[in-house]
Amino acid sequence: MNREYGRHPGFDPDAPLLSVRDLRVRFATHQGSFHAVNGIDYDVSGGETFGILGESGSGKSVSQMAAIGIVKCPPGQVSGSVRFRGIELVGASEPVRRSVRGQGIAMIFQDAVTSLNPSLTVGFQIAEMYRVRTGADRRSALDRAAELMDRVRIPSARERIGSYPHQLSGGMSQRVMIAMALAQNPDVLVADEPTTALDVTVQRQILSLLRELQKESGLAIVLITHDLGVIAEIADRVAVMYAGRIVECAPVEAIFRNPSHPYTAALMASAPQIDTEEARLKTIGGSPPVLSRIPKGCAFHPRCSHARDRCRSELPARSGISDGHFSACHFAGSFGEPESDAYA
Amino acid sequence: MPDGEAAPILSVSGLAKSFPIGRNGLLGPRRTLKAVAGVDFEIRRGETLGLVGESGCGKSTVARLVARLQEPTAGEIRFDGRDVLGLSKEETRQLRRRIQIVFQDPYASLNPRMTVEEIVSEPWRVFPGILERRRWKSRVAELLSRVGLHASDAARFPHQFSGGQRQRISIARALAPNPEFIICDEPVSALDVSVQAQVINLLADLQDDFRLSYLFIAHDLSVVRHVCDRVMVMYLGRIAEVGPTRRVYERPTHPYTRALLASVPRSNPVGREEDQGRGMLEGEVPSAIDPPPGCHFHPRCGIARARCRSEAPELRAASRGQRSACHFAGYLESGEAAASPRGPSVSKDE
Repeated sequence: MNREYGRHPGFDPDAPLLSVRDLRVRFATHQGSFHAVNGIDYDVSGGETFGILGESGSGKSVSQMAAIGIVKCPPGQVSGSVRFRGIELVGASEPVRRSVRGQGIAMIFQDAVTSLNPSLTVGFQIAEMYRVRTGADRRSALDRAAELMDRVRIPSARERIGSYPHQLSGGMSQRVMIAMALAQNPDVLVADEPTTALDVTVQRQILSLLRELQKESGLAIVLITHDLGVIAEIADRVAVMYAGRIVECAPVEAIFRNPSHPYTAALMASAPQIDTEEARLKTIGGSPPVLSRIPKGCAFHPRCSHARDRCRSELPARSGISDGHFSACHFAGSFGEPESDAYA
Repeated sequence: MPDGEAAPILSVSGLAKSFPIGRNGLLGPRRTLKAVAGVDFEIRRGETLGLVGESGCGKSTVARLVARLQEPTAGEIRFDGRDVLGLSKEETRQLRRRIQIVFQDPYASLNPRMTVEEIVSEPWRVFPGILERRRWKSRVAELLSRVGLHASDAARFPHQFSGGQRQRISIARALAPNPEFIICDEPVSALDVSVQAQVINLLADLQDDFRLSYLFIAHDLSVVRHVCDRVMVMYLGRIAEVGPTRRVYERPTHPYTRALLASVPRSNPVGREEDQGRGMLEGEVPSAIDPPPGCHFHPRCGIARARCRSEAPELRAASRGQRSACHFAGYLESGEAAASPRGPSVSKDE
């Protein structure tokens, strides 16, 4: 593999693919300082799908944007550490980031249609990504673009090379985005709500495509979503974020079988299920906190039905539940009986 | 649940709407997009009818036609027994008091320059005679507390509220003119999961309290299952299937309904490897400008035969209030169909 980032002195082929430590992102605004990400840690290894689950404002997207260095500073302030194969990205120079971006970590976004350039053909846009890396000539880059479009299962790819984004549906545009990301053959694909704007039938196709691509190439996927169902479909491990922190992290079966943070449990209880009917949905009172005024102690305490005095003053540390499963709740083991074998 | 003998509050038959979209080239034939192509349904008093389907299936156009925001190309709409298409301008205005809409995007549907009080009392300004002016303030306070907001919120502006709270303001505004029928166009899709459940429960409570009837448009099939008494599935401007929610979810009799249900992400990860690809629908919804002949769904259907390519299936009664527009609905309904909605295992027969 001939990769630019491989020449970086920090590069260590044996280091974890992606390693995030105490990542913090703040934004200085006229209304005060917004604490979007407040110290998160996780590792992602090759070939796995790491899901980040959270609601609006939980910091799930910003944390990834900070990781690949696309948070504008100022007003943003990023601290902590994000290492890609040992290469530190926080505070790194633009050339270092550029060498990792694309070839190391590529990103796709929720709204594929607006992420594409409306005045260039999709073939050109994919080919451009390839040419940036290899310096290939136009013709061979276009051939490669057609191959990539084929690989993301765009029907009659050769004929679609000359299509403009407006001629494609939302699902096809997202496939083009994925092809652009794959053009540089990245190790990590960060997918930020890749199916949220799509219909369910198309969502299923895209998720299945991501899974197949991962099998073919050993790609690691960081999937950001608000949808528990998408997590259940495709994630291997999950981190649940609330108010800029990871409140629970676990292998996917474990978190569904035994949600060990009151927020995770409440989120699961409040999401309507396709295969059951309940007269009334369980709700979580209130709404997520404003990031300039995150509650003291555990940020979830004002909405938590198990909150006690300690939760109002003391930030909970991680407590281990089982192998690879932790919860940041003072009462992680005891706040409620887990539904024993509901998911077994 | 509504009682069976109640007269329908809304009854729609043969409803169609086409949009002219210009010529194919300078001299080509004029083309039209048939957004809604002959739709019949009823909603009884106190009932919630769910309307589901993918983008472009015509569900929002149906809502706009029912709300009289657009003129249908053909068909009949009867509200409370009266044909609403022949009404005078003034009568149509009065009708609009009785039919209200809650829109999807609570950020776009509230005027940012108006206070909550102005927003909620606006229907009374538009329809004088509903409520005397001196009672406005107290009624706004009542409505706000009914939807879970504070009376003191009346003086605030929309930007001071979260998405869920804004949707509550929209609901309060919809309730203000004492409507009988509310069209909910994706009312919870823009909201976070934790807030979505609150709004769904609120809509259910209000229905009981005010004996409201809802047309509930959504793309989230899980939400629809929880909210709706009956559900109607549309595909390319036509009804594919309609029936009591539980029947349709447990024994879908149209291949499209089955595929749609099979596409919904699962609610737990166990066993997902074995389920991969089952019931997955290939391709995308074809263009409504030039839909496939016969059954619009046939190019993507796992059980399509020659007949499906030439003959459009009628919406026929299956059993227990379920109707399906599939030539093979009876076949799907029998034994084999009792299997999980995660995909038909019917083999393709060419």
